[in-house]
Amino acid sequence: MGQITLQGVQKSFGPVHIIKGADLDIADGSFVVFVGPSGCGKTTLLRLIAGLEDVTGGSILIDGKNVVDTPPAKRGLSMVFQSYALYPHMSVRGNIGFGLKMAGLPKDEINRKVEAAAATLNLTPYLDRKPRELSGGQRQRVAIGRAIVREPKGFLFDEPLSNLDAALRVQMRIEVTRLQKQLGTTAIYVTHDQVEAMTMADKIVVLNAGKIEQYGSPLELYERPANLFVAGFIGSPKMNFVTGELAQQQGAATIGVRPEHLKIERDGAGGWVGTIAVAEHLGSDTFLYVDAGPLGMLTARYVGELSLHAGDRVSLVPDPARIHRFDQSGAALRN
Amino acid sequence: MARMATRQRVVVSTIGAWFFGFLIFFPILWMVLASFKTELEAFAIPPSFLFFHWTTENYATVQERSDYLLHAMNSIIIAGGSTLIALLIAIPAAWSMAFSPTKRTKDVLLWMLSTKMMPPVGVLVPIYLIYKTFGLLDSRIGLVFILCLGNLPIVIWMLFTYFKEIPRDILEAARMDGATIGRELVYVLTPMAIPGLASTLLLNLILAWNEAFWTLNLSTSNAAPLTTFIASYSSPEGLFWAKLSAASTLAIAPILVLGWFSQKQLVRGLTFGAVK
Repeated sequence: MGQITLQGVQKSFGPVHIIKGADLDIADGSFVVFVGPSGCGKTTLLRLIAGLEDVTGGSILIDGKNVVDTPPAKRGLSMVFQSYALYPHMSVRGNIGFGLKMAGLPKDEINRKVEAAAATLNLTPYLDRKPRELSGGQRQRVAIGRAIVREPKGFLFDEPLSNLDAALRVQMRIEVTRLQKQLGTTAIYVTHDQVEAMTMADKIVVLNAGKIEQYGSPLELYERPANLFVAGFIGSPKMNFVTGELAQQQGAATIGVRPEHLKIERDGAGGWVGTIAVAEHLGSDTFLYVDAGPLGMLTARYVGELSLHAGDRVSLVPDPARIHRFDQSGAALRN
Repeated sequence: MARMATRQRVVVSTIGAWFFGFLIFFPILWMVLASFKTELEAFAIPPSFLFFHWTTENYATVQERSDYLLHAMNSIIIAGGSTLIALLIAIPAAWSMAFSPTKRTKDVLLWMLSTKMMPPVGVLVPIYLIYKTFGLLDSRIGLVFILCLGNLPIVIWMLFTYFKEIPRDILEAARMDGATIGRELVYVLTPMAIPGLASTLLLNLILAWNEAFWTLNLSTSNAAPLTTFIASYSSPEGLFWAKLSAASTLAIAPILVLGWFSQKQLVRGLTFGAVK
């Protein structure tokens, strides 16, 4: 079991409020991603759950038991650090088995468990190497091995893939997701990369300035963002926002349309007319950055190749069913 | 063409480096050579470089006139003792400053270093009087104490920088893995800090061994280390170059050997953290 509940969790460093009251219910076995811009408090929230920082207020329940006064090791969670944080003087075997050794398990049992974890992660040939003799991806797997070997109630991942190159990151992303599904262990994963969040998560927590902006499944966040912040943060390229008269016609302070929900028509007539400033041709997609005069710069996405170039006049027609409306405070208006 | 120019440059700079290296090493070589000459040859003009009458009589005289072994033993006790005590004080000090710093940690560190900027001679009279009152003059304990205090700021600074290099994440990983503070110390921190501890110990040993100001001023015979032993050869009766050289060679030999064998460790220690 590994159900994690946060109730009014707060954290301040001196006069600075980092986490301003977080309530969250993480179901057993789910994969939850904390995402947000840097400095939003996502890592702090993870460290509070881990017990590496003490909460200023509120409670953290693991399987119904308040753990705010429980030391990290007794919470039954294990953590994978951004820097891997391997013990440089120990072999891979020593690194993976360290937690079990601290728990006082007999040697042969430690060996059995370490070897099983190493087999899961394809680390068996490297068991007797030191971390410095491994590649980045292998080090990352050792860090994960150290986390899974203790059979914790939950995994905490603190931006674990950000030190890897792009290709390896995609591969590890898939491996981590598959491993988590296979083990069925609750996981909390911190990242600033919204693509990682969208692809890995069962549920996403969007954090901004120490507040939870929205908690929901990736598609919920994409289709029904709760406010301007979530609307702008989730989705790539970013949602287009239009204010002023056009928004007022729709009964909103701001309207938003995603680049993929703008229909592109040549020789501008009707819709939002503008001139292409930059056109990006990726083969699979075409991205157009259009200077639409009083509406500002708009981004449009076309699936496939579209032979339009900088300087061409186009008109962009928003899909009326896909227009998001926001009020003065930035909260979404539902129809 | 470009290749030729590069090769020429390598040759020229290699010769230059050897020349300057030799220039710096020359006084030591000269001292060792002089220690094997007779007193007359030692300051003959023009000096003879290698073709002189080699003799070991200076070494015999030096050992006869003053007890080398006693002084060497004093040096070992004073350098070793002051280093060990300094490390015992500095490890917890550096530890707490590196791992639980406060707002004032930086100021404390700077204040410690500032004590090294004061010329020792400025406090010679008060220290001398204190030592006289407490009967510490010409005692090994007195010298251990003053050298320990003198080098403590540097030891703390060095250890502080090493400990600072140990990533916090690793300590936190150990905490997540269930290590108590004691076990974290034994299994994680100490093994990781050993290179830093070793080079601090070596450097401090060398500094204490070579320290001449306090040892010369606060000791005469019983507690006198090798520095006093060398100085005794520039006496009112005149300078005895050959014997002085023999005494100096004897005094620097142990530390030279130690330095030679530990040079890799020392260089690593002094440039620690400069390159990842």
